[in-house]
Amino acid sequence: MSSAFAVQLILYMAVLAGITPLMGKWMLAAVDGHCGRGPLGKAERLFYRVCGVNPDEEMTWQRYAFGMMLFSGVGALVTYFMQRTQLWLPLNPQHMANVTPDSSFNTAVSFTTNTNWQGYVGEATMSYFTQMAGLAVHNFVSAAAGIAVAFALMRGITRKSVNTIGNVWTDLTRLTMYVLLPICFVFALLLISQGMIQNFNEYVKVTPLDPAQGEQSLAMGPVASQIAIKMLGTNGGGFFNANAAHPYENPNMLSNALQILAIFSLGAGLCYSFGLMASDKRQGWAIWSAMAIMFVVAACFCVTFEQQGNPALAQYGVDQTASTLQPGGNMEGKEARFGIAASSLFATITTSASCGAVNSMHASYTPLGGLVPMWLMQLGEVVYGGVGSGMYGMLVFVVVAVFVAGLMVGRTPEYLGKKIEPYEMKMAAFVVLVTPLLVLLGTAIAVAGEAGQKGPLNPGPHGFSEILYGFSSAANNNGSAFASLSANTPFYNTALGIAMWFGRFAIMVPVLAIAGSLARKRGMAVTAGTLPTHGPLFVFLLISTVLIVGALTYLPALALGPIAEQLLLVAAH
Amino acid sequence: MFSELRQAVSVFLALTVITGLAYPLLVTGVAQMVFPRQANGSLIECDGVVVGSSLIGQTFSDPKYFWGRPSATSPSCNAAASSGSNFGPSNPALHDAVKQRCEALRAADPDNKAPIPVDLVTASSSGLDPQISIAGAMYQAGRVARVRGLELAKVEAMITGRASKPLAPGLSEPTINVLELNLALDGKI
Repeated sequence: MSSAFAVQLILYMAVLAGITPLMGKWMLAAVDGHCGRGPLGKAERLFYRVCGVNPDEEMTWQRYAFGMMLFSGVGALVTYFMQRTQLWLPLNPQHMANVTPDSSFNTAVSFTTNTNWQGYVGEATMSYFTQMAGLAVHNFVSAAAGIAVAFALMRGITRKSVNTIGNVWTDLTRLTMYVLLPICFVFALLLISQGMIQNFNEYVKVTPLDPAQGEQSLAMGPVASQIAIKMLGTNGGGFFNANAAHPYENPNMLSNALQILAIFSLGAGLCYSFGLMASDKRQGWAIWSAMAIMFVVAACFCVTFEQQGNPALAQYGVDQTASTLQPGGNMEGKEARFGIAASSLFATITTSASCGAVNSMHASYTPLGGLVPMWLMQLGEVVYGGVGSGMYGMLVFVVVAVFVAGLMVGRTPEYLGKKIEPYEMKMAAFVVLVTPLLVLLGTAIAVAGEAGQKGPLNPGPHGFSEILYGFSSAANNNGSAFASLSANTPFYNTALGIAMWFGRFAIMVPVLAIAGSLARKRGMAVTAGTLPTHGPLFVFLLISTVLIVGALTYLPALALGPIAEQLLLVAAH
Repeated sequence: MFSELRQAVSVFLALTVITGLAYPLLVTGVAQMVFPRQANGSLIECDGVVVGSSLIGQTFSDPKYFWGRPSATSPSCNAAASSGSNFGPSNPALHDAVKQRCEALRAADPDNKAPIPVDLVTASSSGLDPQISIAGAMYQAGRVARVRGLELAKVEAMITGRASKPLAPGLSEPTINVLELNLALDGKI
């Protein structure tokens, strides 16, 4: 671990802790309708009238879930047909052809589910119109959907003896209009000031300095407006193929710092919103701390292996030692301006959250360095997590943790005065089991058949890691990849599309069911026998629950991939 | 059922108009007024010809120029199809590629026996990395000075003078922009 990394990590955590209360208060004020005053309020009411929405209506969990599913279904269909017809739509100066059916299906599902897995090469496939009015719209609304479901669950936990958990339409609208949009406007302009592009020009032709080289064509586009929401909404789908490694998508260390801060900002803020709703901020900070501990340990683990470099390269007289003049380490697939520290930090953050943007190529990480992002996704991305999905995923683990604790002391488990009973536990168990099922079953089907075996580029255990990483990323709605996997084929487009859809909605619906069930319960008074859920003991219990579930489920598969590769690499050199 | 479908369709379309059309057009408008150079790609022009962008790397194979990060795009430094190699650390294809890059650097500068900084022989993530480490530039300074008939100290001073400053002290290792350094050597900027 280098000193640069230590400085970056400490600064990062300090700033994150600083903005957490602001973000938490802001989101809560928005969903509670406190932002829509004066002319803004009039505009909001006009919006509802046009859409036929009654903003004062409260919904049961079933209606909330049904509305959310319909909204997502409509969005996916619109995006599918936009890609299939983009050649005839405006803002297509490069005359990009209509996208193939299987790729359009995969991308529509991918962006609707906040995954942003990308089987296509952005700057060679998508028109400006598709990127802007199709994909970037999902970056907004899928993020709002995640936060909305998190608030619905938090309402379920904190409300007493009612049948309703909020209004899906006002939640979606207010989060988009009062939180995401204003932050993104300022954020996009900041990114542009650092060199990110924002235009509708044709690709620029360049005569290179060295005449021996052919003409260079620079891809252009409305990048910054999309990247702002890509990071803030933990979407991660790049405008360009190289994602946040592309200099136009991440020009320097300042743009990089702003982007990684954006990834965690809303996920961390939701912990604070939760504390406010529970009228006990310590409840929120306890969850925040559990996330922070897991994140810091993972980041240190990842950077240690990346800084050690690749033992196979020493034989050619390559200098991989870090100094004040070079980052050293494993620089394959990393950018000079980010070095080892900012690349490893980004990789850990993007997979702790369900972001999936990359500023370095995870496929080229050392075996154990690359294990970290893969495992963080497999834990369910509950370390700050996706906007919303991280919080509701973590609250499901909280339910499991208090249940385990209840069993240990022989008391009925309860959380914030709500009894945890068989119905909630069945739903929580379903949520905890459905993603591993999608990941491991998907990987097994892929490695067993010819269509799946054709995917990997790298030989040996790394090839297996590529497939395992792909399904881990899809089912957990991350979207990053060991990009050596040739996934733009009918088999992978379909299989990963299915994994993404169920990885999103087979979790969202049971989470809303838990919310509805908890809202109906009456609150119980705190007694001497109540397990406190705001102290270090509970933080430890929560972390243990997450780790045990993750470790037991995935260790055998990880042993076949990254762990086997590490042993082979060390043995050979 | 029907009223909910109507709500879902109209909320989605209304948000599409706001976030997918109004927002990006407004950002573009403001950016083109306030930051026109950055918003259009930080292009470098010499005598009215666009010779590159200060953010996008170019390929150099002539020994009189500093060479940048190896690029895995096809052709090298293809800014219309960015990509890394995605080779895993144990892939023999990666080892062969690194070996060949080391041989090419040594063939262009046979007297230089120093170990080669790793960023000069490993492919960047985007294939368009505009920078190299200062160690990578210093390694090549002798060759460039010899081919151009310049004093080594002068070339080294150019490198030191053009090195990037970290955002905060100790936050990152300094780097240098290869295209701008080569343009300066040619006296074009």
